[in-house]
Amino acid sequence: MNERRTHPGTVPHGTSGNGHLSWGSQGTGWSGYSTAMPDVTWQGYLRPDGRKGVRNLVLVVYTVECARFVAEGIAQGEEDVHVVGFPGCYDNQYAVRLMLALARHPNVGAVLAVGLGCEYTRPDRIAAVASESGRPSDWFMIQEAGGTRAGIAQGKRTIQSMREQIQAETPRVDMELSDLVVGCECGGSDGTSGLAGNPVAGGFFDRLVDAGGTAVFEETVEMIGLRQVMLDRAANSRAQRQIAAAYDKAERYCQEVRQYSVSPGNFAGGLTTIEEKSMGAFAKSGTRPIQGVIKVAEQPPRPGLWLLDSVPDAHFMQFGYTNPNDTEGIMDLIAAGAQIVVFVTGRGSVIGSPIAPLIKVTGNSQTFQRMEEDMDFDAGRVLSGAVTLHEASHELEELVVSVAAGQRSKPEALGHREYFLMYKHQDTPSLEEGCRA
Amino acid sequence: MTRCFCVSAQDNVATLLDDAVPGEIAILGERDGIVVSGERIRLGHKVALEDIARGKAVAKFGVPIGRATADIPKGAWVHLHNCASFLDERSQSLDTQTGATTDTVYE
Repeated sequence: MNERRTHPGTVPHGTSGNGHLSWGSQGTGWSGYSTAMPDVTWQGYLRPDGRKGVRNLVLVVYTVECARFVAEGIAQGEEDVHVVGFPGCYDNQYAVRLMLALARHPNVGAVLAVGLGCEYTRPDRIAAVASESGRPSDWFMIQEAGGTRAGIAQGKRTIQSMREQIQAETPRVDMELSDLVVGCECGGSDGTSGLAGNPVAGGFFDRLVDAGGTAVFEETVEMIGLRQVMLDRAANSRAQRQIAAAYDKAERYCQEVRQYSVSPGNFAGGLTTIEEKSMGAFAKSGTRPIQGVIKVAEQPPRPGLWLLDSVPDAHFMQFGYTNPNDTEGIMDLIAAGAQIVVFVTGRGSVIGSPIAPLIKVTGNSQTFQRMEEDMDFDAGRVLSGAVTLHEASHELEELVVSVAAGQRSKPEALGHREYFLMYKHQDTPSLEEGCRA
Repeated sequence: MTRCFCVSAQDNVATLLDDAVPGEIAILGERDGIVVSGERIRLGHKVALEDIARGKAVAKFGVPIGRATADIPKGAWVHLHNCASFLDERSQSLDTQTGATTDTVYE
C-alpha cells in the first residue's frame, strides 16, 4: 500500500504547489468508498460568469501568423502569460469561435489581442468580447505600435499591468470536483492504451461525473464501428439522435477520404481492426450516460459526460481535414471550458498545452520509466497487477485535484505550451439548450 | 509464465502482455486459467481463447471487433491473416507482421 502511494507515477497528498488543498473530514485520503463523494475542496478563481478557474492567466491572442513573433515576445519570460492565435490572414468563423471561447476560458483572467494591422481577423473585436465578459482586455496593431521592439514593449507594459490587476482583484473561491470540466484525449496509442491507459482515464471520468463534474471526450473518427455501442450509452433520445448524427458524419468522412484512423504502427503493435482500436479509444469515456454532443467552442450546458464533435462539416471545400495532430484535439477540449486535460499516450509524448494544464497518462510502464520526466501517471501498474483499475482511477482523481489546487503537471513544469489551430468549417452550432462560449 | 489479458468475460481473444513462445500462457483479467499456444505471439497481439469458426465474430472489450476469415483454433494468433474489419477493407492488404502497406505504388 505504501509502496503504491510513493510510486513515482502518483502524487502523495500535501505536495501541492501554490494552491491550498484541504481534504475535509476524510483526513488523509478517500479510501473506503466506491462512488465518488467529493469531500475535498481547494481554492480557485471566480470569473464574472460564475465559472471557476484553476489558474489565473493573462492570454495574448495574435490574429495572424505575422503577429505571432511579437505576441510570443510579449509573453517571453513572463509568469502566467500564455499565447494563442490564428495563423491565417483570411479569417475563419470556426477559428474565431474557438479563440473567443479561449479568451473567456475560466483559467483566463485578462486578454491582450495583438494584430499586425492588415489581416481579416479583428483583435479589437476579440478584446471587446473579452471585455464584455468582465475581463480586463486591450488590443493593438503592431504597424501602429512601431514594429517588433516597440510592439513587444507596449504589450509587456499592458500584460504586466493586467497581471497585477487580476492577481489583486480576482476573487478566490472554494472549488470541488463538481466545478471541474475535464477533457480527455488519446494519442500515440499502443496495445496498452485500450487495456490500461484509457480504462483508467474512463474510471476517473466515472468518478468525476458521479461527483457532479463535467467530462468531455472527442475523436469520433476513432469510434468507427461502435455505432450501436455509442447509441446504447445515450442519456436520452435527443442525445441518441445527436450521437447518431456525429457518428454517421465521422463514418462518411472516413469513407470519403478512404482513410481510417489506424496506422501501420498500430497494426504492428497488435491492433487488427479499426473496431478494436475504436473500443480501446472509447474506453476513455468511462461507462456513464452520454448527455449529448457539443461542437467545437460550445460549452457543455450542464454537468455529466459529453461527446465533442471536432470533425468538419461538409462545406464548399468538402470536409477539409479533421484534427491533424493531438494538439488541435487538446485545444478543442480546452475551448469547451476544460480547466484540465488528461492525455493518454501508450508510446509516450512530449507535448503540453496553454491555458489548461495537461496531465499525461500512459498504460505502458516501460514508457513511463523511459520518459518519466514527461509522463505524469503510470496506469501500466494495472496490467502488472500492482493496483486495480479502481485504485488507479482513484489515484488519477487525486492527481487531477492536486493539479487543480496548483501543483504543476509535468508538461506545465517543463514549460510546454504547444498550440495548433487551422482553417476548418463546422456549421453554426444548433444545440437547443446549449450556451455558446 | 507468459501472460495475456482478457478485457471482458464475453471475449474470445486475449491480449499478450509478454512476447509468447509456443507453450502455456496465463490468462489474467476477466477470465482465468491457461491457454496453450502453438506459435510465437508478440506482446500487444491477440491469442484465441476458444475455437472461432470462419465467419464468426472475434470479440474483445465485450463487442465484435471483426469477423474470422478462417477457422481459428484455440491458442492461435489472431491478426490480419485470419480476422477482418467489418468496415476497413484496406487493412487486409497490409503486411501481417509489420502492418506496412503493400498496395501503394513506389515505381
